Amino acid sequence: MHQKTIALGELATARSGDKGNHANVAVVAWRQAGYQFLEEVLTADRVAEFFQGLGSSHVDRFELPKLGSLNFLLYDALGGGASQSLRIDTQGKLLGTALLDLELPVPDNVTEMLRGTA
Amino acid sequence: MTLRIANAAGFWGDWPSAPRRLLETAEVDFLTLEYLAELTLSIMASQRKKSPAAGYATDFVTVTEDIVSLLRTQPQLKIVTNAGGLNPISCARAVGKVLVQCGFGNLPIGVVFGDDLLPKMDTLTKEGCEFLHFDRGEPLGTLREKAISANAYLGAEPIAQSLEKGARIVITGRVADASLTVGPVVHQFGWDWNDWNSLAAASVAGHIIECGAQATGGYSTDWKSCQLANIGYPIAEIGGDSQLIITKPDGSGGQVTRHTVTEQLVYEIGDPAAYVTPDVIVDFTTVELAALAENRVAVRGSTGREAPESYKVSLAYADGFTASGQLLVFGNDCVVKAKVVASLIEERLNQDGIELARMHTELLGGGDGLPGMRPPPDGLREVMLRIAAYDPRRDAVAAFARQFAPLITNGPAGLAGYAQGRPSVRPVYSYWPTTVPKELVFPEVRVLDADHWANTTENN
Repeated sequence: MHQKTIALGELATARSGDKGNHANVAVVAWRQAGYQFLEEVLTADRVAEFFQGLGSSHVDRFELPKLGSLNFLLYDALGGGASQSLRIDTQGKLLGTALLDLELPVPDNVTEMLRGTA
Repeated sequence: MTLRIANAAGFWGDWPSAPRRLLETAEVDFLTLEYLAELTLSIMASQRKKSPAAGYATDFVTVTEDIVSLLRTQPQLKIVTNAGGLNPISCARAVGKVLVQCGFGNLPIGVVFGDDLLPKMDTLTKEGCEFLHFDRGEPLGTLREKAISANAYLGAEPIAQSLEKGARIVITGRVADASLTVGPVVHQFGWDWNDWNSLAAASVAGHIIECGAQATGGYSTDWKSCQLANIGYPIAEIGGDSQLIITKPDGSGGQVTRHTVTEQLVYEIGDPAAYVTPDVIVDFTTVELAALAENRVAVRGSTGREAPESYKVSLAYADGFTASGQLLVFGNDCVVKAKVVASLIEERLNQDGIELARMHTELLGGGDGLPGMRPPPDGLREVMLRIAAYDPRRDAVAAFARQFAPLITNGPAGLAGYAQGRPSVRPVYSYWPTTVPKELVFPEVRVLDADHWANTTENN
């Protein structure tokens, strides 16, 4: 039976951080083929939609192709940031882990994108 | 010649035994210890209000006691730290006393100050500084009266000067985190302060190691791949030609891989093509990594351009009060019950005429760690109810904090966790990021023996 979607966590690792009331999420693809696929499908809009519950005003995406990484900046995502947020996660430490659950369509060459022993 | 620079503290509260463990398992030229997160200075400001000699990272004094024997067995070892916080002189005095007691009375300690702008706010305002908010562009205006700390992020030059004057331990206040590494590197290799690509390489090294174990397998979504109990802290090996390798002590836990290094490179940055430090603006998009061997990753291709003409400033102002409480809510109906408990607290406050400016309720275990993402799953037997409140008035928040304990006898059954005691009311210090022209800030360096610092009666 064909898988219809694949979790981002099969294709990459992630780490989130904070700058004031903004959060950044860095996604690092396991393989070059995976980075190329994510550059196409893991858009700022897709990430914004995934995190819409946070109330972020907008999301920017930056590319670091030499590092196989995409950096997403989620503006005003932290409920006031470390100094003012009432949430348990004032600094957005959970965002990286959460994003890896995002489901993406399965590309034809998915086996070139998985972790493997590269 | 290759300089080996390690980091063994990424923030105030990092693993206390990390510095000793690192020095017992690796020989390094420099150890950096980073203690100042965005908000740390505001905590230190309230400490200093209560006691004029307070306001520095006391952890560093404990670390000094812990590693003093290693200063003898590693004679090449020097330490660079921002543990000085708001009171670097007081920090130097405390550290000096420890060193004197251990026979290191003539060890030179360099103190860097001049980052503290709070005493100069009036002067700076007269000279035209509006302290515009970095994102929103608004002037600071009357919030100036509520400011409790204002510190410029100084760069690497005063650190290099301290080392040139013979310091073996350099204690600073607020400096840019990467500058703790750039200072030693420029001092060692004699680079020009406008050699942007070389400064970029040193800043990249500093940024990678500044958060300690985050570069060596900590804070990783791939956490199953390494041993964390004995995680090694990072070491940057830098050559005079800007060659950079990231590694960790042999035999230690954790891992250094393309992923751990990339994640730390891209950590807490906005536009990667313009990572601004006081020393240089770095372009991370030209950087490439290569795994040379297990736990040895080469970092190549760093490029940079001219540093900005202003320092970034972290300013904090008093902005109300906050408290949060948690109770475990147990039972098949725990989700419904938790919401009822939250509304009881709010309603009882309203009955007393108190309406809090902000209240936030979370069902932890029910998916609220990230708000608005998922509803609670069916079949939960227990959930942690957490409620946090904010109000400009201390007594309103104190009234909120007193609503938890009564629920033991006048709330629903199936609640636990009262033994933690009444939630404490904390002051809120809001963060106002801004800038100040470099020409209006005067970094100062003073290098004296530990003996002299131990006996100084000054406070900063």
